[in-house]
Amino acid sequence: MSAGTLYRGREGMWSWVAHRVTGVLIFFFLFVHVLDTALVRVSPEDYDKVVATYKTPIVSLLEYGLVAAILFHALNGLRIIAVDYWTQGPRYQKQMFWSVMGLWIVLMIGAIYPVLGHAARVLFGS
Amino acid sequence: MATEVNPTDSVELTDSSSGAGFGYGYGPENPAPLIEPPRARTARTPKSTKTNFELYGWLFMRLSGVVLVVLVLGHLLIQLVLDGGVTKVGFAFVAGRWASPFWQGWDLVMLWLAMLHGGNGLRTVINDYAEQANTRFWLKTLLFTAVTFTIVLGSLVIFTFDPNIR
Repeated sequence: MSAGTLYRGREGMWSWVAHRVTGVLIFFFLFVHVLDTALVRVSPEDYDKVVATYKTPIVSLLEYGLVAAILFHALNGLRIIAVDYWTQGPRYQKQMFWSVMGLWIVLMIGAIYPVLGHAARVLFGS
Repeated sequence: MATEVNPTDSVELTDSSSGAGFGYGYGPENPAPLIEPPRARTARTPKSTKTNFELYGWLFMRLSGVVLVVLVLGHLLIQLVLDGGVTKVGFAFVAGRWASPFWQGWDLVMLWLAMLHGGNGLRTVINDYAEQANTRFWLKTLLFTAVTFTIVLGSLVIFTFDPNIR
C-alpha cells in the first residue's frame, strides 16, 4: 500500500465500511428499542421488568457499544455532509476523518463514567 | 485475396473534385444525411420512467442526519448520562416526560426520522449485497413491513400513552 492516492484500504474506504456496519447495528437496536418501549402500553410492571435488564452490567456494556456506534455514525455523517457540500470538503476528507476519530475517542472516554459507572458499582460494590 | 471486389461496391476515397465528401459527392449542393446522436430522444423512444427518487433519498439522508444528530445525542444525554444515567429510567420516568407535548413531539420526530433514515440505509445495503432480483425483492418487502410496523406502533404508543394505566 504505497500510493498515496489509493482509495482502497485507506481512510475513505474504512470510514465507509464503519458507517455501514454502525448504521445496520443502530437500525436493529432501534427496532428492538421501539418494541421494548411499547410495553408502557401493556403495564408499568412489564415495562419496568424489561428496563431492569438494561441496568445489568452486561447490557450496560452493550449500551456503551451502542453509544460508540451512534457517536461514530453521527460524527462521520457530519463529515460526509461536509465532503458533499463544503467546497474544500473532498480535499480535507482525511483530516476530517482523523478529527472525527479524535473527537470520538474524547467523547467515549467521557461516556465511561456515566454509562458504565452503575455497572461498576453493581460489580464491585459502592 | 479470394473474393473478387466489385468496383461499384467499393468506396472511392480519392474523389477530390467533391471536396470532403469521401467519394459520395457530398457538398453544399448535395448535403450528407444527418447522423442522429446515439442517445437522442425521438418519437420512438419509450417514455422515460425515471424519477428523482434517488436524488430525494440522498438529500433526505443528509437533512434527516443533521436533525437526528441533535435529537439522538440529546436523547442519549437525557437517558444515559444526566440524573443517574440509565438507573432512573422506568415507567414513572417515561410518564413524567410524556406529560409534556414537547418531549412527545421530540420522540415522535426522532422515531419517524430514525426509522426512515435507517430504512433507506438498509435499502441501500440490500441493493448492494443481495445479488439476485428475487432476494432483493423479498428483503426489501420484509424491510418495508418492519419499518411501517415500527413507525405505526411507536406513534400509537406515544399518542395513546396513559400514565394511569393501573
